[in-house]
Amino acid sequence: MTNHWVDIKNADLILIMGGNAAEAHPCGFKWVMEAKATRKAKLVVVDPRFTRSAAVSDFYAPIRPGTDIAFLGGVINYLLSNDKIHHEYVKAYTNASFLIHEGFAFTDGLFSGYDEAKRSYDQASWQYQVDGQGFAQVDDTLQNPQCALQILKRHYARYTPEAVSQVTGTPQADFLKICEFIADTSAPNRTMTICYALGWTHHTVGTQNIRTMAIIQLLLGNMGMAGGGVNALRGHANVQGLTDQGFYTEMLPGYLGSPSDSDKTREEYLAKRTPKPVRPNQMNYGQNFPKWHTSLMKAWFGGAATAENGFCYDWLPKKEAAYDVLALFEQMDRGRMNGFFCQGFNPQASVPHKAKVDGALAKLKFLVVIDPLATETAEFWKNHGELNDAKPETIQTEVFRLPATCFAEQDGTFTNSSRVIQWHWKGADGPGESLSDLDIIAGVFVRLRALYAKDGGAFPEPVLNLAWPYRIPHQPSPEEIAMEISGKALADVPDPKDATKVLAKAGEQLAGFAQLRDDGSTAAGNWIYCGMWSQAGNLTARRDPSDPTGLGQSHNWGFAWPANRRILYNRASCDAAGKPWDPGRAVIKWDGTKWTGNDIPDMRPDARPEEGVMPFIMNQEGVARLFGVERMLDGPLPEHYEPFETPLGLNPMHPNNPLAVSNPAARIYPGVMESLGKADEFPHVATTYRLVEHFHFWTKHAVLNAITQPEQFVEIGEELAREKGIGNGHRVRVRSKRGQILAVAVVTKRVRSFSVNGRKVHMVGIPFHWGFRGATRPSHLVNELTPFIGDANIQTPEFKAFLVNIEPA
Amino acid sequence: MMDVTRRQFLKITAAGLGSSSLALLGFSPQPALAEIRNFKLARTTETRNTCPYCSVSCGVLLYSLGDKSKNVKTEIIHIEGDPDNPVNRGTLCPKGAGLLDMIHSADRLKHPEVREPGAKDWKRIGWDEAFDRIARHLKADRDANFIKTNDAGTTVNRWNTTGFLASSATSNESGYLLHKVVRGLGVVSLDTQARI
Repeated sequence: MTNHWVDIKNADLILIMGGNAAEAHPCGFKWVMEAKATRKAKLVVVDPRFTRSAAVSDFYAPIRPGTDIAFLGGVINYLLSNDKIHHEYVKAYTNASFLIHEGFAFTDGLFSGYDEAKRSYDQASWQYQVDGQGFAQVDDTLQNPQCALQILKRHYARYTPEAVSQVTGTPQADFLKICEFIADTSAPNRTMTICYALGWTHHTVGTQNIRTMAIIQLLLGNMGMAGGGVNALRGHANVQGLTDQGFYTEMLPGYLGSPSDSDKTREEYLAKRTPKPVRPNQMNYGQNFPKWHTSLMKAWFGGAATAENGFCYDWLPKKEAAYDVLALFEQMDRGRMNGFFCQGFNPQASVPHKAKVDGALAKLKFLVVIDPLATETAEFWKNHGELNDAKPETIQTEVFRLPATCFAEQDGTFTNSSRVIQWHWKGADGPGESLSDLDIIAGVFVRLRALYAKDGGAFPEPVLNLAWPYRIPHQPSPEEIAMEISGKALADVPDPKDATKVLAKAGEQLAGFAQLRDDGSTAAGNWIYCGMWSQAGNLTARRDPSDPTGLGQSHNWGFAWPANRRILYNRASCDAAGKPWDPGRAVIKWDGTKWTGNDIPDMRPDARPEEGVMPFIMNQEGVARLFGVERMLDGPLPEHYEPFETPLGLNPMHPNNPLAVSNPAARIYPGVMESLGKADEFPHVATTYRLVEHFHFWTKHAVLNAITQPEQFVEIGEELAREKGIGNGHRVRVRSKRGQILAVAVVTKRVRSFSVNGRKVHMVGIPFHWGFRGATRPSHLVNELTPFIGDANIQTPEFKAFLVNIEPA
Repeated sequence: MMDVTRRQFLKITAAGLGSSSLALLGFSPQPALAEIRNFKLARTTETRNTCPYCSVSCGVLLYSLGDKSKNVKTEIIHIEGDPDNPVNRGTLCPKGAGLLDMIHSADRLKHPEVREPGAKDWKRIGWDEAFDRIARHLKADRDANFIKTNDAGTTVNRWNTTGFLASSATSNESGYLLHKVVRGLGVVSLDTQARI
C-alpha cells in the first residue's frame, strides 16, 4: 500500500476492484465503512461476482474475469476525452510532457521491438528523447505528438464505452456511471483510493492491471494524498515483509537487484543499478545504491568483506536464467533439481497444475518440509485415494517433515500491508519438539558449516565466512537478527556537512538509511528497514496508538518503512509551491524553511519549492511515469490481452492478429500450450477466490473454521444451472484440460453470465481452500484445474481466469 | 463444616431457605453454591501478538495459563483482538476468530519425521538425525553441482540444483536469515510465497 489501512477513512471514493476486502480483509475493510459513515464517501465495486464488498457498495458493476485493463483503459479514455484530469498535477508530477523516442509504435496489438521467436521486446524505442547531456526532453505545452500524454491519448482512444462493454461484458451504462464517480475525484481536493488484491495479480497481465490503475490515479492527482494511493491489500500477515527481505531469485533484501552473469564485476553491477540523472535537480535517490549494497555485504560477510576484495562481490551467486517458482517446478519436472525446501509453503496447493507439480516432486532426491501443520505437499507421495492417487513404492524422494512453531510461539516482526513493521511476543511454547524457523535454519546451517570446516568441499569460503555473530550459534535470537537487519556503524560515521560531528559512533545502531556508507563503515541487512532498531531501541515494539494528526497516522505505533513514513510520495499532496491541495487533509507542507506536517516528508527536508525537486524521488526523472520507459517487459502502456484460456478464441481489440490474443511477452514452457483448453470443449470461465471464513489452506486445519465452511463447493448462476440440470446442493464435477475436482454446487444470483463479443459466457466460481489434509472434508486441491502460466513480468500464476466445463457428478 | 468467606456467607443467607434446608438435610452447601464463575482470564498471562492470516496483521492478545517461568508449560487458552491496535481496534474477523483452533489443531506437527524412499509411511526421528541427514544431502548436492565459472569464464559461484521456497507467514527475521544463508551457499533457485 502506498497509503495505509486507517487512511482509507480519508477517502471520498473507494474503488474495490480485483479484490474483495469485506471478506478477505474484514478488519481493514472497517475503514471503508468509516469513510462512508463519517465522510459520506462512496464505495464502488467492480467484480465478476456480487461479493460482500459489493453488497454494501453504493454502486456495483460486473466484469468478465481477466478484462480489467479493458475496463480501466476505458476509464483513462473517459478522463482524457472529457477533460477530467488534475492538470497542474499531471503537468508537474508525471512524465506527461516527456518526449518519447520517434521509433515508438503500437501496431495491431504489438509494441515496437517485438521478437516473436523470443516472445520478448527490445525496449530501445520506448525510451525518452534525450539532449546532449543525457537529459530527457520535454514539451511543456503537452502538444508534441511524441509527448507521453499525447501517446496516452492515442493509445486509449480505442477504448470506447462500446469496446469496453464488448470485451468486459459490463453494461455500458454501468461503466459510464463508474467513470462519473471516478472523474469526480479529479478535483484537487477530492481523492479516490483503490483497494485491490489477488484479483489483479493472478493474471498473465497482472502487473499491467496495476499499472493501468496507477496511470488513472496519476491523472486524477490522487497519489501522495491522504485518502488516495494505489493500495495492494496483500495476502499473509508478513507477505510484505518477505517481499522486503527480497526472498526472490532476482532480488536481494530491500529490492536490490541480484547479480546475473552479465554483471561480471562489482563495478559493472553497481553501475548498471545506480541510475544516472535524467532531469536536472532531482533527488534520484537510487544514486545511493552502492551504499545499500555495500552495507548488505558487510552484514552478510562481516570482516571478510573488504574494499580490496570488492566486499566479497564474487561470493554472491550470479543467475543465468529464471528461477521463480514456476521455473523451479519446470526445472524439477525436467529432472534438473535434486533437493528442495518448502518452508511454510505448500506448493501442491499454491502452484498451478497439480499433476505437473506431483510429477516434479517425485523426481527429487530429497524434499524438506518445514511447517507448523501437516501440509498436502509433505504427503505428495502418499496415496489419498482419488484425491492424491500416488504410488509410494514408485516414488524414491526422501522426504523430511520438520515441525515449526507458529506465530503465537515466537518473537519477531511482521510487516503489514501498509509497511508497518510490528513486533510480536511469544505466548507459549510450540507443541512437542517443534522449533522456531530461526532455530531450524540455524540448525541446518551450523551442521553444514561444520562439515565444510572438517571435510572441505566446493567453494567453502562463503560458507565458512558467512557472518554469524550470534551468541548461541544454533539459536540466533530474533532481537539479534532484527538489529542486524536495521544496521549499525562499524566505524564512526562522520557528518558530511560538518566533519567535526559524528552521526553514529562505531558499534551504535544507525538512525536511518541516510547514515549508510559505501566504504564498509556501516552494515545493514536491509536498507529500507534501517532505523527500525536505532539507539532509541526497538521501534517496531512501540505501542502508542495516539494520533495527533487526525489522519490516522499513529507514528508511534511500530515503525513503517521507509523512515517511518506512512504515506508514500506525500510531497505530491502539495502544489508546486508547497501548499496542500486539500488543507483539510494536509499531509505535509512547505513552511517557508522546511517540509513539515502530518507525516515524515517524502522529500529532502530543505528542498525549497522553487528548486523544482519533484515528488517521485525513486525515479531518476523525479516524476511518475504515465508512459513506462523501463521495467515493464510487456509494454510501456497497458493493453488488453485475453487470458491464455480465453472463451472467445480471439482478442476483440485485435481480432485479426493471432500473436496478440494473449500477452505476447508471457513465458510459455514447452508443453504448456498443449495443456491449455479451448472454448469448444471447456466453454465456461472459471475464477478462483477466498471466503471470509477461511484463510488460504491453513484454516481448514482449525476446527472452528472447518465447521463454518466444511467442504469444497462451486458457485454457478441460475441460467447455467438450468441448462445443465444442476440443482442447489447437487454434487458436480468441474473439469479443465488438466484435471478435475468434485464439489457441491451452490446455485446463486451472485454469479451471472456475461454478454461478450456477441455471445453469452457463463462463469463458474471456485473457492480455493480445501484439500486432502485438515479438519474439513477431504477434497481435491483446486490446482487440479489451474494452468501453468504466469504474468509476463513477475510470473504470478493465472489463477483468476481459465476455462472449465461442469456437469452433475 | 461450613468453609465460607463473609461475602459468600451473605450470598448464602440471601439465597435463604433453599441453602439452609440443604444444610439441615446434612448436605454440605459448598458444592451446591451458585457461585459466580471466576473470570477465566483472571489468572492468565497476556501476550501481545499479531494475527498471522491476512496482511491487515491485526493486533491480538494471547491469554495463556502458566507464568512463563522455567519448567512451566504454558498453554494459550484464549485469543482476542487487541483494542489498542490502531487498525483493528479490538476486532477480529471470522478467520481470526478461529486462531485458537489453529494453534491447537490436531494437524500440528510435533516431531521431526522422515519418509524413506519408496516407503508408505512416516518414521519419527530426532532433530539430531534430521539436521545431520539434511546437512549431508545439501553438502553432497552442492559439492557435486556447484558452478564456479560459466562457459565464458565469468565467475558465477552458483548452486542451482537445490531450491528453496519461503513462507510469507514467517517473521522478517527468519526470512532474512534464510536469505542470508542460501545466498551464502550460492543458491539462485529461491522464491517466496509472496510471488503468488
